[in-house]
Amino acid sequence: MGEEMKDMHYIRELLEGGQRADGRKLDEFRNVELHVNPYDKPEGCAIVSIGESKVIAGVKMGIGEPFPDRPDEGVLMVNAELSPLASPDFETGPPSVESIELARVVDRGIRESGTLDLKKLCLIPKEQVWLVCVDIQIINHDGNLIDAAALASIAALHNARMPEYKDEIINYDKKTVKLPVKAKPVAVTVSKFGQSLLLDASLTEEKLVTAAMVVATNEEGHICALQKRGTEGFTEEEILRIWDIAAKKGKELRKLL
Amino acid sequence: MTDFLKKEREFVVPGDLIVASMDNLPGKNAYREGEGIYAKKLGLVSIANRVVSVIPLNGIYIPKVDDMVIAEIKEIQSNGWVLDINSPYEAFLPLSGVRGYIDTNRTKLSTVYDVGERIYAKIIVVNQLDNMYASMHDMETRKLKGGRLITMNPAKVPRLIGRAGSMIAVIKKFTGCNIYIGHNGVIWLDGGQMEKAMEAVKLVEEQAYTTGLTDRVTAMLGGKKEEKDEEGGREEAGRTEAVED
Amino acid sequence: MKREDGRKPDELRPLKIEVGVVPNANGSALFSFGRTTAIAAVYGPRPLHPRHLQVSGRAYLRTVYSLVPFSTTERNRPGPSRRSKEICKVTMNALEPAVFLEEFPKATIDVFIDVMQADAGTRTAGINAASMALADAGIPMRDLVASVAAGMIEGEHVVDLAGKEEETTACDMPVAYMPGKKKITLLQLDGNIAPEDAAKVMKLALKSCEHIYEKQKEALRAKWVKK
Repeated sequence: MGEEMKDMHYIRELLEGGQRADGRKLDEFRNVELHVNPYDKPEGCAIVSIGESKVIAGVKMGIGEPFPDRPDEGVLMVNAELSPLASPDFETGPPSVESIELARVVDRGIRESGTLDLKKLCLIPKEQVWLVCVDIQIINHDGNLIDAAALASIAALHNARMPEYKDEIINYDKKTVKLPVKAKPVAVTVSKFGQSLLLDASLTEEKLVTAAMVVATNEEGHICALQKRGTEGFTEEEILRIWDIAAKKGKELRKLL
Repeated sequence: MTDFLKKEREFVVPGDLIVASMDNLPGKNAYREGEGIYAKKLGLVSIANRVVSVIPLNGIYIPKVDDMVIAEIKEIQSNGWVLDINSPYEAFLPLSGVRGYIDTNRTKLSTVYDVGERIYAKIIVVNQLDNMYASMHDMETRKLKGGRLITMNPAKVPRLIGRAGSMIAVIKKFTGCNIYIGHNGVIWLDGGQMEKAMEAVKLVEEQAYTTGLTDRVTAMLGGKKEEKDEEGGREEAGRTEAVED
Repeated sequence: MKREDGRKPDELRPLKIEVGVVPNANGSALFSFGRTTAIAAVYGPRPLHPRHLQVSGRAYLRTVYSLVPFSTTERNRPGPSRRSKEICKVTMNALEPAVFLEEFPKATIDVFIDVMQADAGTRTAGINAASMALADAGIPMRDLVASVAAGMIEGEHVVDLAGKEEETTACDMPVAYMPGKKKITLLQLDGNIAPEDAAKVMKLALKSCEHIYEKQKEALRAKWVKK
């Protein structure tokens, strides 16, 4: 609703008492929905909504040269766009540090878990490999964009089909073979407020929490990516608790994929 | 008898022709072009005597003179306070707008109103240069301490007030809550059964343009169906936008 | 003459229209011509910074159009291109006549258009979505703006060119129109066509705009009038 005067005082008071403005429990997520391939131009795409946050991830592929230090691997790139369409807090212009962080955190989760078997995307070592670009576009920002973006990206990759490559020409009209996908990492952000740890912070809550940690876990419960954000610190004990919470929640969210 | 293409309370979008006649006058959110009176904003047609208006269903708050607003102190300057009034335009509360004399040599302005504090103020000057002036001289103005603040669509505030204040009177009566309504879509509540009062406000916002709303709100708050309350007070012309039960 | 997708010359692709798709925005809408989809969000009126962009006596209608990277066949690099900057400007000029800008001096009304999928007609889909988003936001307007692109294929005048038709058409003419005011607010042409044909192509586009206009009104009503 634009630049409302939000009742931050009251929401802060509630959080201090371990309660949330919308009545959720501290470890409760808002309603999560996933729609696969709403559009057919991308090789694969998915829309995820968590509460009123809405994120879409799309996969586009091309042919190019591999990185010199990985000559027999395809190239994965993750990019995020915090479009000013999605929030009065976003501005036009070059990528902000927030959009870069979001992209890089999602990228790490995908890459380190081996979601995409990049070796299978090599056509001619040192010369020709598939380039896989995952582009994340925010449609509405009501908090917890990283968890939504990560889920959308994995769903997009798992439901993508490669264009045909024959006689040096990419035929985008013929998409048959699935991408060589394996793992299904899920990112869960755990936020800290006072002594409480909470999941799925809404936009207002994000402005009040003092620290957060993004934890991406795979099917085996292994940690593939971590990112600590915020101005406060965590104790060791808190971090171990966070990893546990994130792995459990990750398992639940994975069922949507 | 003029033929209205759009009837009273009918939904219209900008550009809709409401009536083609020189006998009528365009009121709020409507405009004349040639023989026709057209809708300017998305909303509901309202015809009062010969004046054709549109009650807007949405819109950012744009201040008008005499509006009461709930504002938050945004910034303190040497000669007054800059107010956030939930609008694209800020309002300024000058020293002269405060009751009593302030000796700036002895008194720090932050001790009068500090950043983050809320006040119920009146808009007294609105001019083209996007400078709005507020005042705290009016009897109703005050600092709002504690309590809770909620926002609603400014377009629906007249409905929350009700004809001659009837709707808000019902909510205050059945919840014992102290409630201040800003025309800028900001509502402040304190004491009594705040949760119930907030639910009532939400209900009004959702069902703003339905009939029988006052009865439904009364019932929701646990009261009995009342006789229509003709308080005989002055209806502020053009401000309550002719909303009915 | 048979069109690629079997449509009649004066037939539009299936329309998908939804109002209120971006809850954060003051007004928003989605508009699709077949596979072309644009989402528009309006924020404002709101303060305009930097100050040198402020226009004395009226609001600035800041229009930003962009193609989402996965909207095109080959990935579209993020960031404004020359093409998208031009489209920002013509879109702004297509919408300005409809808005009572004088009511908000020195403020900005921000219109953001993100194209989710591009299969020709993106600027027209964007204008259709933006016009509804402005109305949805409660912005005072003279009329809604409807838009479509028309052309001529094998001598026949056709409306709403789809992707592949852009190659075979003798001209690509995007048009935006305020049907209530009978005023044309956008007119561009790419091609090689006799004036008599151009006049007929334009007439066909205007007729389609009138149809789109009715659909826009229906969609706005569908959001705001609850049974």
